Amino acid sequence: MTPVLRVRNLVRHYGANAVLRGVDLDVAEHEVVVLIGASGSGKSTLLRCVNLLEEVDDGQVFLDGVDVSDPRADADAARRRMGIVFQAYNLFPHMTVLDNVTLAPRVVHGVDPAVARERARELLDRVGLADRTGAYPDQLSGGQQQRVAIVRALAHEPRLLLLDEITSALDPELVGEVLTLVRDLAAQGRTILMATHEMGFAKQVADRVCFLADGVLLESGPPEQVLGAPEHPRTQAFLRRIIAAGRL
Amino acid sequence: MSSGHHQPSALQQERLAYRRSRARRSTVVAFLSTVVFAVAAWLAVTSSPGWPRVRDSFFDVDAALRALPAVLDGLWLNLRVLVVCEVLILALGLGLAALRSLRGPVWFPLRALATGYVDLFRGLPLIICLFLVGFGLPGLRLTGVPTDPVVLGCVALVLVYSAYVSEVLRAGIESVHPSQRAAARSLGLTHAQAMRIVILPQAVRRVLPPLLNDFVALQKDCGLISVLGAVDAVRAAQIESAKLYDFTPYVLAGLLFVAMAVPSARLADWASARAARRRGGAS
Repeated sequence: MTPVLRVRNLVRHYGANAVLRGVDLDVAEHEVVVLIGASGSGKSTLLRCVNLLEEVDDGQVFLDGVDVSDPRADADAARRRMGIVFQAYNLFPHMTVLDNVTLAPRVVHGVDPAVARERARELLDRVGLADRTGAYPDQLSGGQQQRVAIVRALAHEPRLLLLDEITSALDPELVGEVLTLVRDLAAQGRTILMATHEMGFAKQVADRVCFLADGVLLESGPPEQVLGAPEHPRTQAFLRRIIAAGRL
Repeated sequence: MSSGHHQPSALQQERLAYRRSRARRSTVVAFLSTVVFAVAAWLAVTSSPGWPRVRDSFFDVDAALRALPAVLDGLWLNLRVLVVCEVLILALGLGLAALRSLRGPVWFPLRALATGYVDLFRGLPLIICLFLVGFGLPGLRLTGVPTDPVVLGCVALVLVYSAYVSEVLRAGIESVHPSQRAAARSLGLTHAQAMRIVILPQAVRRVLPPLLNDFVALQKDCGLISVLGAVDAVRAAQIESAKLYDFTPYVLAGLLFVAMAVPSARLADWASARAARRRGGAS
């Protein structure tokens, strides 16, 4: 079966600085793949390249077998089939929660506004935000904003959900509510590629954990193997630092 | 300010009383110093040797009343010019700002054109632009080129002011964080959709105070179309002044322009205050 996402030899430079140096990665349908690695290892850049927010400098990104990194491919059409959630939520501050969530269905997918609103209310209800549909983003807590951002990314039923360190900007007591939501999504069989520093969480939900260092995928496998008995010395060193910081 | 039900302690009540007494004292001091300054200024002007002559030729109530209908007629023209020009300026300014915000080498010619336009008309003194457009353009004797001084004056105003307004709007567009664009594009919105629905609404809100400032400036610069012969408030004042052999109509026209600008200035203040409050509130 063709994987939902296939990344081949992905390269991305910022000037002389090579952030991704030939990454290969597959994400199969219903699979949850977690990217771990130090800050600056290229996790976010990989996600942004997959979402075509960054141009790739070499290599290919296939979505359902189609090379979307080809400049002849329709990038907007490809993005419509993915959803991405950012570290800083990036909700639109001048729109209410409901408008944020229904924007893409209404404007991009041509869904009838009433239908889009109905569906958005359903989704927001499921994440416990039914009473905040009329609020503006700055009236919500960080955890609530991030849950809205996840709902916004889900509103157009993406084939692939990309989560870029979505709990890094949250206060510790708000991390739980967001991770619970992601756990539910994983249980529903969503295809997810996420970057995170929450190792405990990765252990629970990941089908596969990938360790990135200096723009290269050094190690990949089931969580108990990569997080429990890592083979590569760099992975071992990284995990030792995480454990020393009390994060695993 | 308060939670409503909290009963301030004796200490806090004493503090509040002290603050109130300080506020009262400040108000009294400010009021008295203003009165003293106004009286001193008034005395300095009225005791000057030339004051009787100046009063008769600049502040003649009778002349003002006789000139009023003509000047008001002219002001009505200024007002119409203002409204039409402002609409055109906003449209053209927005177009220029959008062109200058385009990225990628494909758009270089359009970007360069917009940049050249802005450089030219932001640097060109309005009065020279008025002369060039007002006298040069009809001088070409091309068919279809308007000869009405009002229309030509509007063209010159739009050319110069759209360059200013486009820069204000561009600053607003660039002040919207790139992550907003990324979020919009990630949802599948095209560049144009992201601009229209996500970037511009935020940009315009941020630059509303400077935009209103330009609007106030335009309001009085509308009076400059009189140099092309359009009978606006300034020109009407000039005609009345020649008829009455008195400068009072100019003072009258000036006061009317000020009166017209005050509501816009208060609107600009209100918009700035609201923008500041919103920024403060978005913690």
